[in-house]
Amino acid sequence: MEPSWALQSLDRISLPSLAFENAAEMATEGLHENETLASLKTEAESLKGKLEEERAKLHDVELHQVAERVEALGQFVMKTRRTLKGHGNKVLCMDWCKDKRRIVSSSQDGKVIVWDSFTTNKEHAVTMPCTWVMACAYAPSGCAIACGGLDNKCSVYPLTFDKNENMAAKKKSVAMHTNYLSACSFTNSDMQILTASGDGTCALWDVESGQLLQSFHGHGADVLCLDLAPSETGNTFVSGGCDKKAMVWDMRSGQCIQSFETHDSDINSVRYYPSGDAFASGSDDATCRLYDLRADREVAIYSKESIIFGASSVDFSLSGRLLFAGYNDYTINVWDVLKGSRVSILFGHENRVSTLRVSPDGTAFCSGSWDHTLRIWA
Amino acid sequence: MTVGGPRGGHPRLQMPCLSKMERMIVSMQDPDMGIKMRNQRLLITVIPHAMTGNDIVEWLIQKYGISEEESLHLGNLIVKHGYIYPLKDPRSLTLRADESPYRFQTPYFWTSTKWPATELDYAIYLAKKNIRKQGDLIEHEKDNYNLLHKRINHTWDFVVMQAREQLRAAKQRRKGDRIVIDCQEQAYWLVNRPPPGAPSVLEQGPERRNCHTSRVQLNMDYYKREIEYCRKAMARTRVKSSICLEGYIKFNEQYVPHDPIMSGCLPSNPWITDDTTYWAMNAPTVLTPTKLRVERWGFDFSELLTDPLGRAQLLEFLKKEFSAENLSFWEACEELRYGEQSRIAEIVDSIYQQFLAPGATRWVNIDSKTMERTLEGIKTPHRYVMDDAQMHIYMLMKKDSYPRFLKSELYRNLLAEAVIPPETKKRVFPFMRKQRHSSPSPALLLPAGDAEDKIKGPTAVPEEES
Repeated sequence: MEPSWALQSLDRISLPSLAFENAAEMATEGLHENETLASLKTEAESLKGKLEEERAKLHDVELHQVAERVEALGQFVMKTRRTLKGHGNKVLCMDWCKDKRRIVSSSQDGKVIVWDSFTTNKEHAVTMPCTWVMACAYAPSGCAIACGGLDNKCSVYPLTFDKNENMAAKKKSVAMHTNYLSACSFTNSDMQILTASGDGTCALWDVESGQLLQSFHGHGADVLCLDLAPSETGNTFVSGGCDKKAMVWDMRSGQCIQSFETHDSDINSVRYYPSGDAFASGSDDATCRLYDLRADREVAIYSKESIIFGASSVDFSLSGRLLFAGYNDYTINVWDVLKGSRVSILFGHENRVSTLRVSPDGTAFCSGSWDHTLRIWA
Repeated sequence: MTVGGPRGGHPRLQMPCLSKMERMIVSMQDPDMGIKMRNQRLLITVIPHAMTGNDIVEWLIQKYGISEEESLHLGNLIVKHGYIYPLKDPRSLTLRADESPYRFQTPYFWTSTKWPATELDYAIYLAKKNIRKQGDLIEHEKDNYNLLHKRINHTWDFVVMQAREQLRAAKQRRKGDRIVIDCQEQAYWLVNRPPPGAPSVLEQGPERRNCHTSRVQLNMDYYKREIEYCRKAMARTRVKSSICLEGYIKFNEQYVPHDPIMSGCLPSNPWITDDTTYWAMNAPTVLTPTKLRVERWGFDFSELLTDPLGRAQLLEFLKKEFSAENLSFWEACEELRYGEQSRIAEIVDSIYQQFLAPGATRWVNIDSKTMERTLEGIKTPHRYVMDDAQMHIYMLMKKDSYPRFLKSELYRNLLAEAVIPPETKKRVFPFMRKQRHSSPSPALLLPAGDAEDKIKGPTAVPEEES
């Protein structure tokens, strides 16, 4: 008994494949002028359908079936343990410092603040010359931060406690895109930054010189998010965009290694599973999904009929058992990654949750919202 | 660069939630499975086809199997987006889980309707309100009225004429209908022209898919690349799902005990008890590591390598085996891969001198093919020139040294001496809040004496807990 999805993909390719065959014939005859944009597009669609068929062939079991023998999760209680107030406008992004307690956050009014979130003290603050600072990142050493947004750039600020020094004075402009900066991340050192932009590309930069080391082309629209693979040997990262695609890249060559296109809308957030063998995505289609890199396919969907607003940011707990997702309906849903069910819903924010990250040692997670606050949950 | 908002050009494209909300609304009005509508009394007037706030909350609970809290939250969002409006207190778009009457908004006024709410329409609406009852305009409506009066002064006669005409037509209607139409309009304008300071549900953030600033061109090259990618991808080897998914189960088993959110942490989670002992005991360099931490080094070679303490122990072990240069070489290669662009040639040369040159003091044992390739490659040094050699040494350590490390006396002693911290329960008395001490910022790279001057003292203001 053929599963219904297989039949669907056959339907899709039955007509276009004729065009594909014709195009192939004509190509061999050397009539390249007949390759119109439309026929290329059709050929691409048809191949995508065939690729999905190939991927489906080795899909012999569902994740929740395999997870039946795993113990169900008990009562789940997480509360807000800290509320960070100080931004005068929507909080758009945050990142943790490796010291497990400091964070950097950025907002719509251009303010970037470094907090010791344990004491809730603000330690540094700088005002960017642009609004909508949608990306910020903490350097691995803890000595600098990077941020950017509607200025189309990514800038690095060394953190100084010298009262005579103006943080903005030492600012270094690193990345230059032609549209807004949506995400940025340091690699394994303070000296390289990876960026994602509304101009449809990602790029790797040398911080010291501002030199472009590698650029990544392949998305069909704005790139909204990225995450570096946790591997010790690998040199890959995943990105998600408005073209509904999640793409895995080789940092060295700039090539796209794998691509997944199963979401129905913009992908706002991507995050690797702790083992590095998979990654999760959050989208405006109100679902989160899990993609396995070795099986080369989507292996789980986290959705509920009552959840109709987009997921803006996702992150895993340390063991990867839980997926925390912040939504545009002001809530945070906690998913059982293996069983596919929702474990809990957390209320508290009074506007969209725009950013969410689990702390480096997994003891808590931080959420930032359009309600101007950040919350630490544990 | 435009910022999408209530007055924007294509405001609804970024909101797939609206079509989902509309499907919900439609099923709420289903004659069989939807909400039971009846007449609701508003003072002396009877309004047909209405429901109570309670009805809405109950229906959502039943339909989606959610809690009352979630149902109320969802219902509130539906009202805030203008799909259901209150008949009592129509100036406040909130859902009350009581007998307050509500009605479904007419599709003409649905938030997803493509036609933008024009200034003219708004002016007519405000004029109507003003004419009908002086002082009926809310604060921000008064301000908007005055602003519009100035801005479109040339068409003001038309505005007033339209307003009067609409009012006249409305007088012909039954009182119940008049109230409904007023509430419908009021709700629509509250969504499209919210009072200043109040969050607008239509606000969306920076515009996406602006083709003028994009570097993407959906041209023939783009599709050729996609076709090329698909062809390559078809041929790649995949792993059966059953095997991959087993991996998650195993990973889960191994790591759940180490996951503080899942299994708690000893002595306690600092965020919950305000006690930072957990962080002190798990600091990057500590005299006696915890048992969980030492156990984790046995899960995977990368766990041992990423933990600075683990790496230090690995180095000690490798020294005993006279292969410490492998780890040093690997670290030097990492420095190259993630280092400054300007220092590449310098670092490559340093690596060559220390590890690869014939007679080098810390010569690494790589196979001859890789060595040949590498030596050739460093003639034109670049960031990835050591990749092959680095991988070879990494695999050597992982496949060869690592298993021996786990069986070694060194590791077994570490396990035996590792501590299991005793549990500290959360303080019973909520008013005796523990002082939250600050810690030195990593950005303070100063000698010990100076650092002491700059470390902030304990805070005096405890944060409120929810």
